[in-house]
Amino acid sequence: MTQADRPSMRPGFRLQWEEVQKAYVLLYPEGMVKLNTSAAEILRRCDGERSVDEIVADLESAFNRKGLQGDIEQFLQLARAQGWLSAAVS
Amino acid sequence: MKAAVTTSPSVGPPLWLLLELTYRCPLQCVFCYNPIDFAKVEDELTTGEWLRVLREARALGSVQLGLSGGEPLVRDDVEQIAAEAHRLGYYTNLITSGVGLSRERLSELKRVGLDHIQLSFQDSTREMNDFLSHTRTFELKKRCAEWIKSHGYPMVVNCVIHRLNIDHLDTIIDMAVQMGADYLELANTQYYSWAHLNREHLLPSREQLQRAERTMLEWRERMKGKMRILFVVPDYYEQRPKRCVNGWGTTLATIAPDGTALPCHTARMLPGLSFPNVRTKGMREIWFQSEAFNKFRGFGWMKEPCASCEEREKDLGGCRCQAYLLAHDPAVADPVCSKSPHHQVVLAALDRAQQPQVPEAPLIFRRRENSSRLA
Repeated sequence: MTQADRPSMRPGFRLQWEEVQKAYVLLYPEGMVKLNTSAAEILRRCDGERSVDEIVADLESAFNRKGLQGDIEQFLQLARAQGWLSAAVS
Repeated sequence: MKAAVTTSPSVGPPLWLLLELTYRCPLQCVFCYNPIDFAKVEDELTTGEWLRVLREARALGSVQLGLSGGEPLVRDDVEQIAAEAHRLGYYTNLITSGVGLSRERLSELKRVGLDHIQLSFQDSTREMNDFLSHTRTFELKKRCAEWIKSHGYPMVVNCVIHRLNIDHLDTIIDMAVQMGADYLELANTQYYSWAHLNREHLLPSREQLQRAERTMLEWRERMKGKMRILFVVPDYYEQRPKRCVNGWGTTLATIAPDGTALPCHTARMLPGLSFPNVRTKGMREIWFQSEAFNKFRGFGWMKEPCASCEEREKDLGGCRCQAYLLAHDPAVADPVCSKSPHHQVVLAALDRAQQPQVPEAPLIFRRRENSSRLA
């Protein structure tokens, strides 16, 4: 994945807030993962519109923190390895 | 009202809701896990009753929804049920043999928000598929696979594996690749209900299983990143039991066609339990308060060797139905466990599976006459 890639959720995957669990969950064919806040905030922004760079900038501004790039890229790599994100489209 | 609280607050929501919309099915698979006496059940829930179950369970936190059967598409209200499920926020999985699917029904299901379809095959050739299901459905299934793909769904193919088709694993996987499957589930038969009746025909030998695993691992390597392959070994070949349905009354609620609420889809066979029905009780009361859903929660029900076992939190003593089928007591350790005093029963079945002879008793197909006769 490069910083210009625009990650998006793989078809059949859906991110959704679950009130009973008080958490975001990722739903997919016959499976579900409960996400922590940072994972959910990153995945919410994987809409195929924003580049990795834009996602980083957006999160740094939303949470008023610098230096998130490493963590975010690491998570995106993991999410891709899990098959949650579509193949790279730039 | 504190005294009225009968369950520990640690009981989580029924995240997974499985609706077995009907026991009717055009297929007659010899490994079916529906109850052997399914023919007794005729009074299926109405559309309105299913919609009420959906609403009540969603309020409790159910979010993964399975629409299954029997063959769910035998009913003409699957579209209505899927539409309400989508509106309520479920992730809806249709589990089907493809019989009853048409391009029109599929378009409508897509339009109302069905999330995913799992299509089952019985084997890689028309002859074996049609023999094992006792129907002529192979060509139809292949057509369904094309439609499903063309509607933009992830392609999830399931093939139940057993002694009679395990040696065709290479061509089964090849077929899934040709169909463009994203996921392939190769689930070895587990021995409940019809599969238990036909076990002597279906349990593979150790050699067959090892060969199949090697084949599967080669394909998994070759298809890395393109297709995921899930391979489930028969419990009988494991040393420790599975954590069945992630623990009784922890995650799954199954609703049978007549509204009987079950902690797992085969629990209906267990004696001495009176299962609640959604026609007379709400889902909240069923999940938290019914005797049946509380019966095997936690550890209090366990006998030795489970009660003092250091692995009890991991596998929760295994499967209650397997304990009942193999040791005639649903509260003992799953005999699959090598620590179980009944483990010999499993070893004896495995011993027979290593013999090449075909069993004398014929295969029993899952059909209404057989169900009525055996009930």
